[in-house]
Amino acid sequence: MNEVIKKRQPIYLDNHATTPTDPRVVEAMLPYFTEKFGNPHSGSHYYGWEAAEAVEVARAQVAAAIGAAPEEIYFTSGATEANNLALKGVTRFYRDKKNHIITCVSEHPCILDSALDLESEGTDFTYLTVGSDGLIDINDLKAAITEDTLLVSIMTVQNEIGTIQPMAEIGALCHEHKVYLHTDAAQALGKIPLDVKAMNIDLMSLTGHKAYGPMGCGALYVTNKPKARLKPLFSGGGQEKGIRPGTLPAPLCVGLGKACELAQAEVVQESEVLRGMRDGLLSALTDALSGLHINGGMDARVAGNLNISVENVDAESLMAALPDLAFSTGSACSSASAVSSYVLNAIGLPGELAESSLRIGLGRFTTAEEVDYAAMRLIEEINNIRENRQVLSGDAAE
Amino acid sequence: MTRMTQIVYLDHNATSPVRAGVVDAVADALTVSGNASSVHQAGRQARQLVDQARDHVARLVGVSPAEIVFTSGGTEANNLVLRGVDVDHILVSTVEHPSVLEAADNIEQIPVDKNGLVDLAILEARLSELDGRILVSVMQANNETGVIEPIAEIVQIAKKYDALVHTDAIQALGKIAVERDALGVDFISLSSHKIGGPQGVGALVINEEVPLRALNRGGGQERNRRGGTENVPGIVGFGAAAEQAAEELSQAVEIEALRDQLEAAIKSIAPGTVIHGENVDRLPNTTCLSMPNVVSETQVMKFDLAGFMISAGAACSSGKVQASHVLLAMGVEDEEASTAIRISLGHTNNASDVEAFVEQWREMYARANRDALKGAA
Repeated sequence: MNEVIKKRQPIYLDNHATTPTDPRVVEAMLPYFTEKFGNPHSGSHYYGWEAAEAVEVARAQVAAAIGAAPEEIYFTSGATEANNLALKGVTRFYRDKKNHIITCVSEHPCILDSALDLESEGTDFTYLTVGSDGLIDINDLKAAITEDTLLVSIMTVQNEIGTIQPMAEIGALCHEHKVYLHTDAAQALGKIPLDVKAMNIDLMSLTGHKAYGPMGCGALYVTNKPKARLKPLFSGGGQEKGIRPGTLPAPLCVGLGKACELAQAEVVQESEVLRGMRDGLLSALTDALSGLHINGGMDARVAGNLNISVENVDAESLMAALPDLAFSTGSACSSASAVSSYVLNAIGLPGELAESSLRIGLGRFTTAEEVDYAAMRLIEEINNIRENRQVLSGDAAE
Repeated sequence: MTRMTQIVYLDHNATSPVRAGVVDAVADALTVSGNASSVHQAGRQARQLVDQARDHVARLVGVSPAEIVFTSGGTEANNLVLRGVDVDHILVSTVEHPSVLEAADNIEQIPVDKNGLVDLAILEARLSELDGRILVSVMQANNETGVIEPIAEIVQIAKKYDALVHTDAIQALGKIAVERDALGVDFISLSSHKIGGPQGVGALVINEEVPLRALNRGGGQERNRRGGTENVPGIVGFGAAAEQAAEELSQAVEIEALRDQLEAAIKSIAPGTVIHGENVDRLPNTTCLSMPNVVSETQVMKFDLAGFMISAGAACSSGKVQASHVLLAMGVEDEEASTAIRISLGHTNNASDVEAFVEQWREMYARANRDALKGAA
């Protein structure tokens, strides 16, 4: 085994960044790396057909998990690509007719960066704000929709604070005004039940690796009724009806399909277990510590998420003091840079508290023992840092 | 599905079975629960794995790790450079992969000769006539015929006119040397699953001095050139395959001997058999040949029933019944193009595979010609 992998693993509490691949998913994938290795587009022989059939089974599994039809699912390399494809694809197809898009300040960077690309191409954008609960105000959306509005893009579940937007209500409003609704559901798959019809969603981005499936594979759902059209991001051999060319990675598609099947089957029960552990962790922390702030509302929030700010504790220092716990101080993609979270700014958190924020993501493989240990260690190190800080400021005063 | 017939896989240019060591590396990496952008230990572990793989891929093509941008595959790599580099004109050969031919509106096609080689005189004439910034994109080796393009010469010409040069080396990688400095190009597209790595991962070798606009924005990964969480197990698999490919490049001679044996045997059965691109340098593993009187689709179906996996052209278009754009670009007549098949050998093949295939070919050829004679009579 690779030397890097052999090292001891810390307790994993960062299931928003990525989830471990479920062993059942790995098991489903492995044969497609070995004896069933065909190119799913090789129409001339058995290996190709075998891989193609597996891809279609996976497509049906993805579709079933969100209440869609298989032909409404397009495989991509992940949610970032699905989001880029949805926003850029729909806009570039329809912009001669309508050229205004409404999104939200707390969307994932791949939506906000795609918006920048499209703005530079002449598309108008409105960015809705969010309240301290992390949710948009439906009246703001109503006010922002114009005759020229083509698309609304609002994420189902926020990746840092886990808050759940009222998608069905947003969708109903969009459809009343003949506006397409896209949602980035990367953080929602496997966390809450999804049904594109009931939620009034026309386009939905999904990814495998946030739902115990593989990295490198995601999907975009595009409604057939009424058919939403889009321009592909790139050209090639015509795969995925020309919407997303390139050889489909059969093992990854199989993994995403299996992950979706498990998500659909287990989401309700799993959420209950996670909610119990998350609430237990929160009360353990609040019982032992003062000066904790919960970021975002607790009512509409996925069960495994906890995002808190700890007064007088620098989150980076806390993380350095806890090498035995893997959690994050922001979202993974931006956490390498030391900029404080724009999402926490958006919900009105003061800069100092934003820099004291921890994101904890419990997941399918988190155990009650791990949560107890994590609570104990967090309390221990938070107290340490606060004591040292007092000693230091005491010294400085002398 | 089960299958009893002995299977002989001769379609390595479509996808090459994942190598045993690579499967292990991917399976191990699937157990690492870290996002390579996370700063905690699990994330750093994932980052280290990605960095190791980047080193292996970089070494295979003789570049520095910073010049590798991982993508979801060859198609995305081709699109990233053709759509991402800010130029006024793009000159490509007529035998390029569709992901190159259709990538942009400002693409102009340069014809190839009957051997499949890009016409350097026409290329130079167009370079001298066009104003503005130009990107030339010619594949190092063709996926259907295996014909190797004179990239170093193309670069020499292009540089006279300050043009940038990209080569799609997806089919060349692992079969012949792909070395950036020897080729002299600015950009190279690579794909993992053509060298026995997993599907769903590829790379673009970049020239760091040339600005590149990302296709997928968001998250800032790959130094802002390709947003999206890194496909850690896929990248690890690509790295492992690259490491093995580098070690095994010397075995190309053996593959070439098998290919030559196959072609010689078929020519001894039917001396008039046309082998496309036969007179110029080709990949050691590829042969594209026409069997008179039997259309490609019939051949691949019959070979499939007999357990031989071949193709009638590129995998992506092989679902459709139409003559290959590559052969038509070489001036091959419709009749001949529609009876062409591609056999592509690889690390799983041996001499008995080739002998068995030739026997099958002999039988099919004999029957077809008997039928043709009957039809004539």
